[in-house]
Amino acid sequence: MVTIYVDNMPYQVREGQNLLVACLSLGFDIPHFCWHPALHSVGSCRLCAVKIFRDENDTRGRIFMSCMTPATEGVRISINDPEARHFRASVIEWLMLNHPHDCPVCDEGGECHLQDMTVMTGHVYRRTRKKKRTYSNQNLGPFINHEMNRCIQCYRCVRFYRDYAGGRDLDVFGVHSRVYFGRLEEGALENEFSGNLVEICPTGVFTDKTFKKRYTRKWDLQTAPSICVHCGLGCNTIAGERYGTLRRILNRYNGQVNGYFLCDRGRFGYDFLNSDRRVREPLAKTGQGSGSTALEPISADEALSRLVDIVQNSSRVIGIGSPRTPLEANFALRDLVGEENFSSGMAQAEQDLVSLIVHILREGPAPSASLRELESADAALILGEDLTNTAPMMALYLRQSVRRKPMAVVNELRIPGWLDAAVRGAVQGNKGPLFIAAPIAAGLDDVATETYHAAPDDIARLGFAVAHELDTQAPAVVDLPADRHALAVRIAAALREAERPVVVSGTSSMSPAVIQAAANVAWALHSRGRQVTLSFVAPECNSLGVALMEGRSLEDAIEMAERGQVDTVVTLENDLFARAPRDLVDRLRASCRNFVVIDHCLTGTAEVADLVLPAAAFAESQGTLVNNEGRAQRSYRVFPAPDPIGESRRWLSKAVMARARGRTEEWESFDDLVTRMRQALPVFQPVSNLAPSADARIVGRKIARQPHRCSGRTAMLANVSMREPPPPRDADSPLSFSMEGFQGISPPPLNPRYWAPGWNSAQSLNKFQEEIAGPLRGGDPGQRLIEPRDNGGREYFNAIPVAFSPSDDEWLILPSYHIFGSEELSALSPAIAERIPSAYVAIGEEDADLLGMSEGMLARVEIAGAAESLPARIVADLPRGVALLPKGLERLKGLAIPVRARIGKAVQAEKS
Amino acid sequence: MEKPLTGRMRLGEGPVDLDAYEKAGGYAALRKALLRMTPEELIQLVKDANLRGRGGAGFPAGVKWSSAPTGVDSPRPKYVVADADEMEPGTFKDRFLMEGDPHQLIEGVILTSYAIQAEIAYVFIRWEYTRARRLLEQTIAEAYRKNYAGSSILGTRYSLEVRLHVSAGRYIAGEASSMLNALEGGRAVPRPRDPLPTISGLWGKPTVTHNVETLCNVPHIVSNGAAWFKSLGRTQDAGTKIYGVSGKVKRPGAWELPMGVTVREILEEHAGGMRDGLTLRGFLPGGASTDFLTEQHLDTPMDFESIQKAGSRLGTGGIVALDDRTCPVGMAHNLITFFARESCGWCTPCREGLPWSAEILAALEKGEGSPGDLEILEDQCRLLGPGNTFCPLAPGAVEPLQSALKYFREDFERHIREKRCPWK
Repeated sequence: MVTIYVDNMPYQVREGQNLLVACLSLGFDIPHFCWHPALHSVGSCRLCAVKIFRDENDTRGRIFMSCMTPATEGVRISINDPEARHFRASVIEWLMLNHPHDCPVCDEGGECHLQDMTVMTGHVYRRTRKKKRTYSNQNLGPFINHEMNRCIQCYRCVRFYRDYAGGRDLDVFGVHSRVYFGRLEEGALENEFSGNLVEICPTGVFTDKTFKKRYTRKWDLQTAPSICVHCGLGCNTIAGERYGTLRRILNRYNGQVNGYFLCDRGRFGYDFLNSDRRVREPLAKTGQGSGSTALEPISADEALSRLVDIVQNSSRVIGIGSPRTPLEANFALRDLVGEENFSSGMAQAEQDLVSLIVHILREGPAPSASLRELESADAALILGEDLTNTAPMMALYLRQSVRRKPMAVVNELRIPGWLDAAVRGAVQGNKGPLFIAAPIAAGLDDVATETYHAAPDDIARLGFAVAHELDTQAPAVVDLPADRHALAVRIAAALREAERPVVVSGTSSMSPAVIQAAANVAWALHSRGRQVTLSFVAPECNSLGVALMEGRSLEDAIEMAERGQVDTVVTLENDLFARAPRDLVDRLRASCRNFVVIDHCLTGTAEVADLVLPAAAFAESQGTLVNNEGRAQRSYRVFPAPDPIGESRRWLSKAVMARARGRTEEWESFDDLVTRMRQALPVFQPVSNLAPSADARIVGRKIARQPHRCSGRTAMLANVSMREPPPPRDADSPLSFSMEGFQGISPPPLNPRYWAPGWNSAQSLNKFQEEIAGPLRGGDPGQRLIEPRDNGGREYFNAIPVAFSPSDDEWLILPSYHIFGSEELSALSPAIAERIPSAYVAIGEEDADLLGMSEGMLARVEIAGAAESLPARIVADLPRGVALLPKGLERLKGLAIPVRARIGKAVQAEKS
Repeated sequence: MEKPLTGRMRLGEGPVDLDAYEKAGGYAALRKALLRMTPEELIQLVKDANLRGRGGAGFPAGVKWSSAPTGVDSPRPKYVVADADEMEPGTFKDRFLMEGDPHQLIEGVILTSYAIQAEIAYVFIRWEYTRARRLLEQTIAEAYRKNYAGSSILGTRYSLEVRLHVSAGRYIAGEASSMLNALEGGRAVPRPRDPLPTISGLWGKPTVTHNVETLCNVPHIVSNGAAWFKSLGRTQDAGTKIYGVSGKVKRPGAWELPMGVTVREILEEHAGGMRDGLTLRGFLPGGASTDFLTEQHLDTPMDFESIQKAGSRLGTGGIVALDDRTCPVGMAHNLITFFARESCGWCTPCREGLPWSAEILAALEKGEGSPGDLEILEDQCRLLGPGNTFCPLAPGAVEPLQSALKYFREDFERHIREKRCPWK
């Protein structure tokens, strides 16, 4: 720590950081544009100017940029010095020479960093007679709106997009006072993290196009802390609603999880809530018998009485849970049907993989890595994952991790780590070790040290070989080709040299061997004293959570139903057709008398149900999700779903009461349910510590979901009734559906928005952190449920698969993943839908020659007797004998992959 | 009067070719240094000679060299970059040197590279210098042929690649760190002042950058010694300097003269004084980015300290003369317009402040000035001062404007009062 003097008052700050960061951490307001906590200092905007004095006798001082100056012992600065203030106001004056001042019609208005900084510097009067410069805007695709006239040339967008996220198609063009930020040609931004431009841009150049479609003033949004449901990483979000529709997603900082950023699927996938696939009222087959008549709307009362009737008259009910819905709803279902009748809703293969991951993380000794820890890894090995498409934020953080090792040069040259241009100048293109073994080229390949494209069995063999190189106790791989062995040696050497290596794998290859190989590598590194972490990709937002409930697999449940012991199946927020082959689900449907589905969207499964109960989706319900790291996180209601839509656990609680049969304990409130869950399943013990309970108050008040600036309260419903209805009650949380309540800095798990006096934009986050880019004040939310049992040795996995050998008439079908399309909920959002590729079959170049196929030609893919014609995609690196089908895309749902298939040219006659 | 830099050139005879250069003692310095001097001795010699950078800042060359890491552990490769991106208005000395005696530059480049034990040297030249480009291409090829460059130079263990890089040409690319960015294929925007290029320069490696004229001096210092070099200057600054004069003088041109000759001598003896019927009102002593001086400064020696004391900078030594029939506001407008156009667009004050100032000056010229405009201009000059902007471009750009406002204030005020340019 060093002492710095700010306007003659001494403060203790951490040495080596820059003065802007030090002062913001101390709570001072220093205006800034180009500096961003994740992008660091470049000194381009010149707004963060302060005076620095040589010593206490120096009265003149000199202007310095606080972001470019290190906090050194005894440095004396003044933020309030009149010359510094004049200079900062002048910077705003310069920027305002050309800024269009279109705040009243600007999407950014009300949470605009430029507005805030303008007010903060005090510049008010326009002295120029100059005409303003103008630019043409570009259509940047369905996510981002472009309005270049507002640009203040802070360079944040390109620095994020290119330097941080690795994008190539956004750049800065032109020079002097005509600098342009855009694409060479119009077109959708290609990078998977383009949505962050909305928050990175300090003004309204890049704004959320999906929000613009149903525009509302940002201060009118009702918001609550939420967790992203579109992959297994559990990024923290702030979801915003107005007039009963969900309007947008913003990043919610969590120092251990998503930091400052979100991926585009997470930001723009929310719109499924507003989709026409939503189930907004109960539906039932009104005719006699099942499957013969169509679903028709019924009243909530009738639905409830049918539900009660069904459960009361069923001797045995099977509950099929879901990895895409919170613990509490799953547990409520389990509570209804009993432990032995509860299914996780995952297909056997997937459940085995997720359970294996849980097992590995529990039995240790390598703990799982948080996203933040991934970022600070100094070497990484990825086995069998295309992270950009399966867990995008992991890819973003691993992209940063390759900068770790070369930073040694920077330290040697005594360049401060935050002096971005100097750091990049010194590091150049040097990258730390990152090895990727996956079937095809992945989004991170451009920063990889080496890549290896192979079938999962061969990927696993490589992993096992690396583990053996690191520790001879680990089983050796026999008959490994020399080049593969040499690669394993190189990987082992790089990992061994690292201090904090990470091994990444997951369920995407659908191969237990790949996951076991990853564990062996991590454990071998651990045995060599490395601080190694493991990071597994889990397929869905609550895969690990539902796996911890240890229910039956889907196939198991179906088998049970088929044995004729079941009269009712209740399916919770789960499209079984997306998980199991159609005939299997059809058999389940046929084997039970009553098929009840609780879901928010009309899935294929809901369509064949007898009774469909409309469920609240993520922003309309409260619950706990367990991410890939094993971290339980709480998500809150943003707004109450309109009647008769109900939270799934509410429907289930009615059913439980109907079926009570002498049971005394009941759970009415959310906290009761959590308590009961903890009792039944001790692994969930920490879940009740995730956030203050529902009866918590801050100075006697609930926390307001609506900001104090919210407008139109009395007018919104005036066309319906002049009487202002009382705000909906929230008995489940300390949050209120109202402007009334606590508006200050709330405990992090409950914090509904970022706002501080003078800071209306997301940049106000600095007031919520203990220090810049550090933990939130009050601690980062979430609790890990899975830790290694002990540090002792583990027996290595030794089931090494034999090498993959291609056959001439059958192909091994593996899934390929698409950030847009492979996840079912986000795919229902119109903006995402625009970016979903059409279905295809991918084959390697050699196989294409063999089959006489070329790009785009129709291929006939025959799996277990069923055939599908799909255009062929020729992928250079795809190994011989392996073909890929995109996961989750229409026509390809529910395939039990991996599977063997025949592939041939489609007969032309089929087309006509 | 000794003219080491230009002595071999013969007007009207084209550039000094390899034969003539060698006959006049060319590459003897290289032979001497490589065969008989250690790099450390060479650095010490140039330090002793007090060779200061001729690009404008006057930084001692030997000090720059010794700040690059040496020894077997030092990062490799090391680079030397010759800055031939001469774009300062009123300055044409480097063109003169490159078109007249290209081998002199290349020998200087190789010597400098040897001093810091660089592996690769670049000559970074602007595209528009077509003649110099052609000559340098040929010169470098000849140097390779004679084994003055390439591997095992003159049979020693020292090897050096010399390459010519033709830049797209931006004023800012003449600023050393922007030049390095441009050379790397990036945008020509400056880098932070720290770390120095000698620590982390081109592609993150130690790099010594020099103006063409500075490098041209090195062979002569090696051949003739530090004492000789110091004796050339008339004041405390050593060596000779190429001074240029443009503006409405009788004989515009460039001359090699002892460091520290007076402005009067240059203007009156060499440039022949003002054209008939014109009198001198002021002059920019060292290119467009230096403060105006006036006739009261005519007897100031043209060296780094003296010109600074007079309130301006020696800069490139390219004098631009302002006469009594040319509008000083128009001249300031012309210069600021140039600098606004050449701003790289990186930092706010330069990107926005210069075009605004240019616009105000244009308004004054058109008779559309208003009271308060001069105060805004003065404010801009202060705000665009050193330290406030990312690099020295804008502080240099406002130097002629701030001094014009000081010396020719009445002319500015007349523009506003009379709502016209009195010179038109």
